[in-house]
Amino acid sequence: MTAPDRPLLRVEDLQVHFPIKRGVFFDRTVGHVRAVDGVSLSIDRGTTYGLVGESGCGKSTLGRAVLRLVEPTAGRVEFDGTDVAALGGETLRRMRRRMQMVFQDPLGSLDPRQDVESLLSEPLRAHGLGGGKAGIAARIRELLDAVGLPAAALRRYPHEFSGGQRQRIGIARAIALEPDLLIADEPVSALDVSVQAQVVNLLEEIQERLGLTYLVIAHDLAVVRHISDVVGVMYLGSLVEQAPSDVLYDEPLHPYTRALMSAVPVPDPVVEERRERILLAGDLPSPADPPSGCRFHTRCPWRQETRCADEAPVLRELAPGHLVSCHWAEEIRDGVLRPRSPEEALHATAPSAEGPRPVEEDDGIFLGRDRPVPRQEQA
Amino acid sequence: MTIESLPPGSSPPGSSPPGSWPDGDAHRTDVPVLEVDDLTVTFTRRGEQATRAVDGISFSVTPGETIGLVGESGCGKSVTSLAVMGLLPRRGVRIGGSVRFDGQELVGADQRRLRALRGADMAMVFQDPLSSLNPVVPIGTQVTEVLLEHRGMSRREAADEATRLLDRVGIPDPTRRLKEYPHQLSGGMRQRALIAMALACSPRLLIADEPTTALDVTIQAQILELLRELVVDSGTALVMITHDLGVVAGLCDRVHVMYAGKIIETADRHELFARPRQPYTGGLLASVPRLDAGRGVPLTPIRGSARDAIPWAEGCAFAPRCDNAQDDCLTEVAGSTVPLEYDGPGRELRCRHPLEHPSVGAGATAAGAAR
Repeated sequence: MTAPDRPLLRVEDLQVHFPIKRGVFFDRTVGHVRAVDGVSLSIDRGTTYGLVGESGCGKSTLGRAVLRLVEPTAGRVEFDGTDVAALGGETLRRMRRRMQMVFQDPLGSLDPRQDVESLLSEPLRAHGLGGGKAGIAARIRELLDAVGLPAAALRRYPHEFSGGQRQRIGIARAIALEPDLLIADEPVSALDVSVQAQVVNLLEEIQERLGLTYLVIAHDLAVVRHISDVVGVMYLGSLVEQAPSDVLYDEPLHPYTRALMSAVPVPDPVVEERRERILLAGDLPSPADPPSGCRFHTRCPWRQETRCADEAPVLRELAPGHLVSCHWAEEIRDGVLRPRSPEEALHATAPSAEGPRPVEEDDGIFLGRDRPVPRQEQA
Repeated sequence: MTIESLPPGSSPPGSSPPGSWPDGDAHRTDVPVLEVDDLTVTFTRRGEQATRAVDGISFSVTPGETIGLVGESGCGKSVTSLAVMGLLPRRGVRIGGSVRFDGQELVGADQRRLRALRGADMAMVFQDPLSSLNPVVPIGTQVTEVLLEHRGMSRREAADEATRLLDRVGIPDPTRRLKEYPHQLSGGMRQRALIAMALACSPRLLIADEPTTALDVTIQAQILELLRELVVDSGTALVMITHDLGVVAGLCDRVHVMYAGKIIETADRHELFARPRQPYTGGLLASVPRLDAGRGVPLTPIRGSARDAIPWAEGCAFAPRCDNAQDDCLTEVAGSTVPLEYDGPGRELRCRHPLEHPSVGAGATAAGAAR
């Protein structure tokens, strides 16, 4: 029944808008926070899609909207050929068995008053699986074994475990129902460095063994790069770039991706001293009032005077599988456009006759190796 | 408290830190601003066994130098910083050893003198900017409070100075921001405001306890740049407390790796990252996924978790998780702990079976033999 080449999950133009309410007696809606604003992506069976972005970019909301933990405002989520939005009641519940979630905070997502046995048997009982008491007991031992916890853990409560072990319980609970898709929202960010690697390895091992499909949501680019086949970068509710993991990290095309990657500290002093940092000015703009045109133009070091501020770029395919939403992606790739550098700030060059003109005035964008360039006074 | 307080203004002991510093930095001297010597912090609770969070830590910082205290949660790095600042509660806490700021003993010093130093000569930036700012007081009042208290400025002068400080840390439109409350600022801006407060009196020592952990990477890059600039421009001695090895690699001159309340390895950052000797340090480096490494290279985690640490009195606390561990790591002769020993120029190591690096193995052995 299932076509092997059809993606397991397809998201089309998904939008999640949260109303902003004001007023004491009447809830007037005064605007919307566009948490997710038109995201399309698809995930093939058995692969891992990594979604990165900074806090407030809508990546978690997207993950929750896929599972319908929040209702999408518009758009379509298709899981294995079925429109998830059209499901309700019992059919939705049955579909959810095949889509499970691992949460960021393992202590917050496990009931402190349930022991591990009860935590792991609950999903099985709720879905009438496992085949009676003996079957459930056997399945739970199997699960503990799969995530590397001792059988003695069964009678213990979440607070008795370390962070890494708790995350293992969370993963065991998520795979208890043998799902097809696992959505992991920041699965390792709450863990200690030495333990993160254990959980990352466990996720990879389980994927290989059970043939799972992952949607991994994280802010840590290094972790995402490590486990993903395809990576999507989100900024203010929309995807700005999507590419196979290696391609994205070898040649990021979107200015935001470049800035993001240059900002990640690398645990190697030699690399740290040589690399060029692209420092972005300011903070993330409010998703309730996103900038016009390209949403990144207010912070973009490559901003041009035309198009960027007034024309929203579309996600287009520059190379097979490499999607970018930037008007100037080709020019940035070919080095025609460069980010504003200290030299250019000093000697503003005359604009060349052909091609786009480099940015001349751009207050507040720092570029440099070890020290920021002092802000230039506006002429 | 066993060590007598030195009178203010007495000359600091002329001990010089190990290692040599690159030239061309006018602020750098060999006279340490802060010397911590055999610091121990023990939490006691009635009816329960006392917990030793910090177990005999020694380090020093000179002007213009950045040192890193690295370790995972529970290793005692934050308690060390609180002890240095004198911010631990008096009840239920026993502090031993010595903390000298400019040669003045701080352990056991009276509160009035500590208050005069804190905020003026030594300052601290905390991890969570929202909980370290007062939510019901405007930013401006919180920044000027330091100036009024320590620099004896008039309100008007202080307001001008606060504007200048906020501008210096890169907060746009500082006059407006001064009137706002902490919740109206973004996370990065709150952290900047906190740094502005810490910088208000041009402190000679700044302790930053995970200052960027709560922030996004692009904002983290901005804050680290600011700290880097501060150290170079004003010669502030910076103690950076973090769990992020990437932050350490880009910022710190010298790194102390902590585990279960003790320093287990000290080295210059280049040395540490190129040739980690303690298996824990090596394990940490191997378990971090790197942005510049290829996909699919399996990570090598450290097994177990920090909870598996055994008391130092019974051997090496890291031994239960260590791949190099041998019998003599666990069974201890005469109950003494594994000592922190000289391990080549500028390096110290607490380990009986360290990682060997072929290229320098011979040199290190020779150095060990010469000793």
